Amino acid sequence: MPDRELTFAQAIREALIEEMRRDSSVCIFGEDVAEAGTPFKVLAGLVEEFGSERVIDTPISEAGFTGIAVGAAMTGLRPVVDIMFGDFITLTMDQMANQAAKVHYMSGGKWKVPMVMRTTLGATRRSAAQHSQSLHAWFSHVPGLKVVLPSTPRDAKGLLKTAIRDDNPVAFFEDKMMYRAKGPVPQEEYTIPFGVADIKREGRDITIVATSSMVQVALGAAGLLEKAGISAEVIDPRTTWPLDEKTLIESAQKTGRAMVVDEGYGRYGVAGEIAAVIAEAAFYDLDAPVKRLGAMQVPIPFSPPLEDLTVPTEKSVFEVAQELCR
Amino acid sequence: MSSATRSELGSEAAVERWLRAYRQMLSIRAFEERVNDLYTRALMPGLAHLYLGEEAIAVGVCEALNRDDYITSTHRGHGHCLAKGAAPDRMFAELLGKEAGYCRGKGGSMHIADPATGNLGANAIVAGSVAIATGAALSAKRLGNGRVTVCFFGEGALGQGLLYEVMNLAELWKLPVLYVCENNLYTEYTHYEETTAGEIPGRAAAFGIKSETVDGQDVRAVYAVAAKFVAGARRGDGPGFLVANTYRYHGHHVGDISREYYRPKEEEQHWKTERDPLKLLGSWLLKQGLADEAVLARIAAEVNGQLDAAVQFAIAAPYPNPEEVDKDVYA
Ligand SMILES: Cc1ncc(C[n+]2csc(CCOP(=O)(O)OP(=O)(O)O)c2C)c(N)n1
Repeated sequence: MPDRELTFAQAIREALIEEMRRDSSVCIFGEDVAEAGTPFKVLAGLVEEFGSERVIDTPISEAGFTGIAVGAAMTGLRPVVDIMFGDFITLTMDQMANQAAKVHYMSGGKWKVPMVMRTTLGATRRSAAQHSQSLHAWFSHVPGLKVVLPSTPRDAKGLLKTAIRDDNPVAFFEDKMMYRAKGPVPQEEYTIPFGVADIKREGRDITIVATSSMVQVALGAAGLLEKAGISAEVIDPRTTWPLDEKTLIESAQKTGRAMVVDEGYGRYGVAGEIAAVIAEAAFYDLDAPVKRLGAMQVPIPFSPPLEDLTVPTEKSVFEVAQELCR
Repeated sequence: MSSATRSELGSEAAVERWLRAYRQMLSIRAFEERVNDLYTRALMPGLAHLYLGEEAIAVGVCEALNRDDYITSTHRGHGHCLAKGAAPDRMFAELLGKEAGYCRGKGGSMHIADPATGNLGANAIVAGSVAIATGAALSAKRLGNGRVTVCFFGEGALGQGLLYEVMNLAELWKLPVLYVCENNLYTEYTHYEETTAGEIPGRAAAFGIKSETVDGQDVRAVYAVAAKFVAGARRGDGPGFLVANTYRYHGHHVGDISREYYRPKEEEQHWKTERDPLKLLGSWLLKQGLADEAVLARIAAEVNGQLDAAVQFAIAAPYPNPEEVDKDVYA
């Protein structure tokens, strides 16, 4: 069967529908998830099919319903919690980092927490400092959590199905600017395993590792680089934990140059970690230092011309790559 | 205590219940005395928060539960875990960080968890398990398995907003959960009145949750109220809130020795001599003719023998192998 074109939001909705049909223990909690289908309309229609027992509107209590999901996950449900904006994960931090992440280990492997937290990342929506951050590094830091960063409708669907079936707490970050982006999605059932990077474009001269919102930016930059005579390989790790170190390292060894583009803050972030993984393992095969590109280290400003300065663009990726290949 | 009805006294099941409660409270007491001893002899690493003085609450509440009902517990959790059915030998092993412990040595005193007895886990974050307990109640309701969850916490947890988020949800969704607030008067080294505005039951009332305050030193009173709430929760009446007034005999943890700056010695003495839960139940059993001195002495001898053996088991048990360190990070 040929692939269809779906939007990112449709792909996510389809994954949820399929998993909720397959497994009656899967349920959704969050603010305005039922009739409203979330402010982004990602969940439109779900409450009609699955009922308000399984698509549950909560009060504005992020810590409360996240913790309730932890307890429900331990005792027989598979909750998918919806945190409207990634900036609000700060409110859930104790339940995620101290409870969900640690229950399995602290109990000597006896209790499990099969839950998913869906949330967003990404700037340039003119939403200012408290609705624009990309905080996936916070969860990536904590052993016991898995972190997923899909960059296409196809990846979003396959990875979300895997997340729901996983027996661990999984944080799933969706780029809110991507919800309407279209891409091919297989007709037939499929899942995508965690810890398997995807080479989005093959190349010889430089490896550009890019995550989530930055994958399309990196692919755009690769097109510009090609015109300048530079062949760029673009790799999407798809999950920051587990991390497919092997694919990243082998690519850097092949091309001899690497840079990492991630929309989180550059300092102490995902880009820094991936750069270190590559530098440690591929140092003697590299012809240049590994470069990081992340969000500018400021609270995201509201004013559009200012906000646009804070995120990596095709142009800035192109320039850094070209400099590395000099 | 007047709540024991004539029929309750007369029935053999009731006699058995109070003898079992006596034995269980004594086990917790003997357990904690040995923890104190292991700790002061530097055989136990970490921190030890003793439940001495508060035994009637865990025992009275858990007496109202089935084995497959759930509990969540706290940093002062040994009593809850034992009352819910944990075995002292594997408890001691966990406290000493041994492989035979409930969490294979990875949890320790503040993280005992055991699916077999419905123990979702003790928690070292104050109020850290209130949402987990409420989530377990949500599962029970959704799955229709009739289980009730009891959420134990100290009055210090009243300062955490999370508690109010989940109480709101529990009442909205009529979840089968009983919040048990053990008010031992002090959060670490501060009297709770210095940190708690208003009245404790007012917090439940704000959400329309039924609450009762009981003498936490009287196991029969605790049981009577807990049983009522648990039965209601099982029927679908929704959550309950039980405030049990109590006292911890020792310091906040074993090393908290000089306590005069936050509470007077006379106060401690008063609770130990006048309000001791074991003495109260023991003298009631004697007065009602449900046991004689010889029976109580025999129970004490049996409990002490078991707990000595449990300590020996834990001391002799091996530590986990080094390869265990990165096992079970992920399921
Ligand atoms: C979130 C959090 N803050 C502070 C602490 C440190 N702490 C441990 S026990 C405790 C006092 C708790 O008092 P209470 O809840 O009344 O329980 P009790 O110790 O009296 O049994 C504090 C402040 C903690 N463990 N978790």
